Amino acid sequence: MNIEISNLHFSYPNGVQALKGISLEINLGEQVAIVGQNGAGKTTLVKHLNGLLQPTSGNVKIGDWDTKQKSVAKLARRVGYVFQNPDEQLFSKNVGTEVAFGPKNLGFSGEQVQRQVKDALAMVELSDKTEINPYDLSPTWRKMVALASVIAMDTSIVVFDEPTTGQDAASIARIANVIKVLRERGKTVITITHDIDFCAENFERVIAMSQGQVLLDGKANEVLGQDEILARTFVDPPQLTRLGKRLNLPVTVKNQDEFLQAYQARTRS
Amino acid sequence: MAIVNLTNVTYKYPLTNEPVLKDINLQVNEGEFVAVIGPNGAGKSTLCYTIAGFVPHFFKGEITGTVKVAGNESSKSNLHEWVLNVGLAFQNPFNQISGAKYTVFEEIAFGLENIGVPREEMIQRVNDGMKLTGIRDLADRSPYSLSGGQQQRVALTSILVMQPKVLVLDEPTSQMDPIGTREVFGVIRTMAERGMTVIMAEHKVEWIANFADRVVALHEGQILLDGKPGEVLTSELLTGKGFGISRYTSVARRAKELGLWRRDTLPVTLDEAVEGFASALTPSPSPKGRGEL
Repeated sequence: MNIEISNLHFSYPNGVQALKGISLEINLGEQVAIVGQNGAGKTTLVKHLNGLLQPTSGNVKIGDWDTKQKSVAKLARRVGYVFQNPDEQLFSKNVGTEVAFGPKNLGFSGEQVQRQVKDALAMVELSDKTEINPYDLSPTWRKMVALASVIAMDTSIVVFDEPTTGQDAASIARIANVIKVLRERGKTVITITHDIDFCAENFERVIAMSQGQVLLDGKANEVLGQDEILARTFVDPPQLTRLGKRLNLPVTVKNQDEFLQAYQARTRS
Repeated sequence: MAIVNLTNVTYKYPLTNEPVLKDINLQVNEGEFVAVIGPNGAGKSTLCYTIAGFVPHFFKGEITGTVKVAGNESSKSNLHEWVLNVGLAFQNPFNQISGAKYTVFEEIAFGLENIGVPREEMIQRVNDGMKLTGIRDLADRSPYSLSGGQQQRVALTSILVMQPKVLVLDEPTSQMDPIGTREVFGVIRTMAERGMTVIMAEHKVEWIANFADRVVALHEGQILLDGKPGEVLTSELLTGKGFGISRYTSVARRAKELGLWRRDTLPVTLDEAVEGFASALTPSPSPKGRGEL
């Protein structure tokens, strides 16, 4: 189930032109990070994937569905969306009910719902917290509930809006693992992030946006090495990419393994 | 001279069995910028609340030991006196915005109205504050129409204009993009240089390394380490406990195991990493620092 966005324009009712002609194809199973300064149009773009926003002009297709012809409820079958702030999406009195809400509404059988809830809670390490009210958990763990409630819907496409905001190191590692498991299951994962190091370590494809347009789109190493273009959307390359550049390593590196390999080769030359 | 003085402070929230802070001893000097690091649940927010007087005056619970700020003792003061010396910006700005004001300008003036600052001075302070934090263009917007990062700037500004002696910040940049983070750290550094004492709970270690004077590492309610950023942030004691570690530190630690990092100390900033790694290369790339992170 591929995503096809063609010449997408969007203006908010106040006249602000948030998207100015976006064309993109994302194939099933791809892991894509979207980066760029606040106001670049990242959230506006992904809200078109599940019909929360409709194009002012242009088209968005999720598989054979044109988002203009489908309701948000229908699109929820194909696209799961985790909001930036978990408090905007949690409402149930306990974690188990919260996570079961999505799959139940998609019409899965009772047994199937149970299985998917169990699986999603295990993935975010919340299996023993099903009876707890989400609001008795810390913000870190509320975020995990929000993640689980979307994972449990078992959609082909999962969108995360700023998943690492305010999370500590352990929690970021947990989110990275969720993305890895979804990749192994062949899901498409689209993540908006300001955390460029997290982006470098977990995504193969990176899209950089600026002022409603796509500035760069390609393999992570290619995109993240373009410091001058990235600066136009106020994104600094990842730490190890910058370290590699300052040391004049011959290749663009984006994580520890790549850095150590390139550095070691350079010490031998 | 120490302006913040915590002696043997242990604190337990109501209805809980375990103390969140255990025997905390912390002295912070006037004009010092201290960063508090630790995994979520370590007690960072509670420590912020304690210094800001919300513990125990607002949250209740059981506290032992003494908390002193600018010579006053918390247990012998009222919260409304305490806020004249200490300002707190909450982790979630949504919890801080009053809900009683229609515009950002009025929201920032709210605290000043409550302490009876004269009108002309109030307008001046609000305008200066908004200029400092780069939110003048938001003055007429509703605080609730803003993004998380913008709300955080408003929350910070509304505390700065109160001109507290001690500024307590609980992850003030958690919802900001990198440019916002850079600007806010810059503003806070400026305030410290002007003599304001800053205590900041924060996860972003590379920023702390470049801006803070001192780092306190909290773990399970206790102070694990307290010292210079370069020493605390590269300490072996932090590994395996859920602390954020700079990627420069992590990669140098691995390089050391491979015999590729030959210095005794590990780097925490880009410049330190460049210097250390460049020294083993021929021809050596220019290790000149550019003050980047």
